[in-house]
Amino acid sequence: MSPAQAATPILKSSHLLGIEGLSVGEITALLDLGDEYVTLGRAKEKKSPLLKGRTVINLFFEPSTRTQSSFELAGKRLGADVMNMSVRTSSVSKGETLIDTATTLNAMRPDILIVRHQDSGASEMLARKLDCCVVNAGDGSHEHPTQALLDALTIRRRRRSFEGLTVAICGDVLHSRVARSNIHLLSKMGARVRLVAPRTLLPAEADRLGVEIFTDMREGLNGADIVMMLRLQMERMTGAFVPSTREYFRFWGLDREKLAFAKPGALVMHPGPMNRGVEIDSAVADDIEVSLIHEQVEMGVAIRMAVLDALSRGLAAQGRNAP
Amino acid sequence: MSNRRTVFCNARLIDPASGLDAKGGLLVENGKIADIGPRLFGDAERGDPETIDCKGLVLAPGLIDMRVFTGEPGSEHRETLESASRAAAAGGVATIIVMPNTDPVIDEPSLVDFIRRRAQATASVRVAPMAALTRHLAGEVMTEMGLLKEAGAVAFTDGDRTIANARVLRRALAYASTFGALVVGHAEDPDLAEGTSVTEGEYAMRLGLLAAPSAAETMIVERDIRLVELTGARYHFGQISCRASLEAIAAAKKRGLPITCAVAAHHLALNELDVGSYYTFMKVKPPLRSEADRAAMVEGVASGAIDVIVSSHDPQAADTKRQPFAQAAFGAVGLETLLPVALGLAHDGRADLAHVLKALTATPASILGLNAGTLAKGAPADLVLIDPDAPFVADPDRLHSRARNTPFEGRKFQGHAVMTFVGGECIYDRSAEARKCS
Repeated sequence: MSPAQAATPILKSSHLLGIEGLSVGEITALLDLGDEYVTLGRAKEKKSPLLKGRTVINLFFEPSTRTQSSFELAGKRLGADVMNMSVRTSSVSKGETLIDTATTLNAMRPDILIVRHQDSGASEMLARKLDCCVVNAGDGSHEHPTQALLDALTIRRRRRSFEGLTVAICGDVLHSRVARSNIHLLSKMGARVRLVAPRTLLPAEADRLGVEIFTDMREGLNGADIVMMLRLQMERMTGAFVPSTREYFRFWGLDREKLAFAKPGALVMHPGPMNRGVEIDSAVADDIEVSLIHEQVEMGVAIRMAVLDALSRGLAAQGRNAP
Repeated sequence: MSNRRTVFCNARLIDPASGLDAKGGLLVENGKIADIGPRLFGDAERGDPETIDCKGLVLAPGLIDMRVFTGEPGSEHRETLESASRAAAAGGVATIIVMPNTDPVIDEPSLVDFIRRRAQATASVRVAPMAALTRHLAGEVMTEMGLLKEAGAVAFTDGDRTIANARVLRRALAYASTFGALVVGHAEDPDLAEGTSVTEGEYAMRLGLLAAPSAAETMIVERDIRLVELTGARYHFGQISCRASLEAIAAAKKRGLPITCAVAAHHLALNELDVGSYYTFMKVKPPLRSEADRAAMVEGVASGAIDVIVSSHDPQAADTKRQPFAQAAFGAVGLETLLPVALGLAHDGRADLAHVLKALTATPASILGLNAGTLAKGAPADLVLIDPDAPFVADPDRLHSRARNTPFEGRKFQGHAVMTFVGGECIYDRSAEARKCS
């Protein structure tokens, strides 16, 4: 990467809080940068000194292995000092913990704070109160922008363009921040998005997002290029939103038979962690011909490097501890 | 109570109770309205100890706010009766009806007495308490309505809680009707509303917030109308917020049922989109609704189908509001923006000024059976002098309330209270306050 290129600003905002506020240009630039970091990640020397001297804090109020380790590795590969904070919250004083913990960490002068929280809007609230860059690593049922970006990078590397692609997002859309971010991103980039789920797992007025709604998997998958499965949170679902996991699997679980309705050569994605035999059959999940699940994890590290890089360019442009 | 005479001259007198809207003057003696008339005191009378030249501004009965939450007793850091009364005075409100949702809950005659005594000792406006309809607001056991009424409770309500059990409510309504007592209900199905913080719709979906449909309100409105039909009790919906509820209530009134309803000022001026980027001061109960529902509320006030406008003043501190949206408390302060919001309906040509003021004075007085809200001779001299055109910006730092959680921060209004009188005493004077500040 040439120094001139490294100085080009990519994001208008100094935070990454969601996909909804990003332009097509910003998304494309992040994906392009992501491609470069995929190359770097596959080389023997995986490190870049771009974020040397910067401090990145991972502040996770919800347990996460995948996202947290992915951000940690991304930060370390870019030479930043990365600190992990997993905060176990009592249900009584969640909010207090959030704002108090965050302002305490802010006083340690981190450059970038990566936040996951169980409440929608938590990262926006922190971005308003703190003076470092905030990256939303998942807030409630609102957004999970880096997941959508890594999904997009995965798709783009396989299909070159989003124009004309049909993507079916299947499962618990109601509670899913992954679904919301993906809907925003894929629609912006020109793909046609479908949602497939039982009525209880579709938010009211979901059609207002410019998507097609299906309740039948066969109809919803018919002619789809990409099938994106969502995780069913079994603890809170069973009995409340769907009667049982076996009934769910029978009607909305992705198996070979249902997948056969999609376009020949259709690809399957899942943000993980998977519930095998609930929303996806192992025969599909483990089929390397159709499943992109492991590729998504690789793209996750690359795209998070791209996001950290983009935000640190913003810091440099502001003249804050310019490298 | 003052035993001197005060003369108000050159006023535009508006008395919604009698339909009077005319230029004229008003004489106050011993804290009561002694005379009123178009030809009274064309000019400031000489020799009178106190003459107030109204300079053509509106002189109306002091406002009555039927829905005010304070923090006394139990949460005095949020609001006391004294601080709420200062906010009321600055908003032109001469009487506040306080809700029993305190700690402890006002469900005992001695606690009604406590509120009245504290108010007498500390508050400048009149304070009338509503008592709980069920003990501890638990929705199970009815309170001693007879004794509470004797102690001075003006109505019975569980405040912002819905009585989930229809059998309990039916009996409470039947028992209340024995005493001719007014019951005030909150309409929000507790199961549909549980854990939700906004109204269901596109915006809630985009924000990823748990939401309840407006039908959660209308279902309870319809249920309660049936129970009123069964029991004949006098019933008032503390606040409604959507068109379907309004239609159900209008139909029930047409059938002759003794039902009235109110709307909160913020439901006349704000909609679901004002939640913006998770702005917790916009988190209210019931939640801000769609634009169509907001417009229906304005229409309802204009047509008279909605009887009363309230502030639903609910002070919250930073500890309860500076939270992620889902965790933050419900509630907005409103005593000082009630009149400016209501005046907006007149400015927009939705209703004439006297009609708007009626929903803030004569109608709440008649629902509650208060001797107030009128300019009739012999009535207490509770008055508000209104400049209907003065520019007013809602500035959280200049609120008189102890709490700052106004949903109208920075909003520009036309018109506000200039002076407020209770029993002939001036308890608020905006120009004196302005002089003090400068």
